[in-house]
Amino acid sequence: MTAPASGRRTTGFFVGFLLVALVIAGGLSYLASSAPDGLDSVTLQGCEVTGSEVTGTEELTGTCIAQNARDSATAGSPLADYAVGGGDGTVGFAGIIGVAVTVVVAGGLFWLLRRRGTTAGTAGPDS
Amino acid sequence: MVLAMHMSDGLVNAPTAAAFGLIAVIGLALAVSRARADLDDRTAPMAGLVTAFVFAVQMINFPILPGASGHLLGGALVAILVGPWVGSLCIAIVLAVQALLFADGGLTALGTNVVNMALVGVFVGYGVAVAMRGLARRSRAGLLATAFVAALVNTVVAAMVFVLQYAIGGDGVTSIGTVFGLMVGLHLLIGIGEGVITAATVGAVASVRPDLVHLLRGAPPSLELRGTGGAAAGSAT
Repeated sequence: MTAPASGRRTTGFFVGFLLVALVIAGGLSYLASSAPDGLDSVTLQGCEVTGSEVTGTEELTGTCIAQNARDSATAGSPLADYAVGGGDGTVGFAGIIGVAVTVVVAGGLFWLLRRRGTTAGTAGPDS
Repeated sequence: MVLAMHMSDGLVNAPTAAAFGLIAVIGLALAVSRARADLDDRTAPMAGLVTAFVFAVQMINFPILPGASGHLLGGALVAILVGPWVGSLCIAIVLAVQALLFADGGLTALGTNVVNMALVGVFVGYGVAVAMRGLARRSRAGLLATAFVAALVNTVVAAMVFVLQYAIGGDGVTSIGTVFGLMVGLHLLIGIGEGVITAATVGAVASVRPDLVHLLRGAPPSLELRGTGGAAAGSAT
């Protein structure tokens, strides 16, 4: 095991890292550009987007790759499109939920996969 | 809703989606078996946090041109911080959470998205980073340059793999040449953003906890003090 002081330092770093992720997903996400990303710009090439995304009357006129896109099977999810229950201004809350879910799923998986007791070269007999 | 950050269902035909789904499963199975060697009591929680960080930063679309934006893919970032095998699992988990909870990226398109970003993006980023490792270990500027270049290349190559998938299983409504030109052009710009974010993140972690940067592991600390001399630096350029 590492010395207690070094352990506390590592815990402090991890807490700080998590806070940064929460601030980005929960706060900075409100400033994100809503313009189509690189891939969407390409799949929308040749089409014009008409109607309103808000009222769900969005339509593509012309011919483009995006016309083949189907709604995801999870489009009815309460968190679909990074909005909680479809509510306006909820992207930050959706982001915080996403950070919590990813850290638990990934952290849990990696914790289960890890080699036990091998930190700092003092490998224990347990395995 | 048509707009999302990743490939939706239906952009490539079912056999193509299935074939890339199979490649994704094989690649991730290999990653699970290899990741164990890179995971211990300290790197396992680090990898969990890196995953959450990538999820968070992927939400931040930054403008690249009027009417077009980009966001982090994260391949080089995770490869440099936690290694390629663990890193590909990080990105795959982000993509799975996005597809399942947030309807971002289709479910049948998950295989194509995993291949592009979690496998190709991560390993290309790692390859570039390893090729530049001598530079990365020599100085802080070298580390930042390595992170930037690895991220730029991973973004462009991941975009090229989409073009390959479109060429194999797209409907051809937009010509392959047009798709290639647009994808590469836009992702060169996005790659600059990806490079800046990756360099800033790797630089921040390395300044507090260089021991948690996979790419720097095993570097003799004294090298940083001695190795800035002319002979070594000259050989890099």
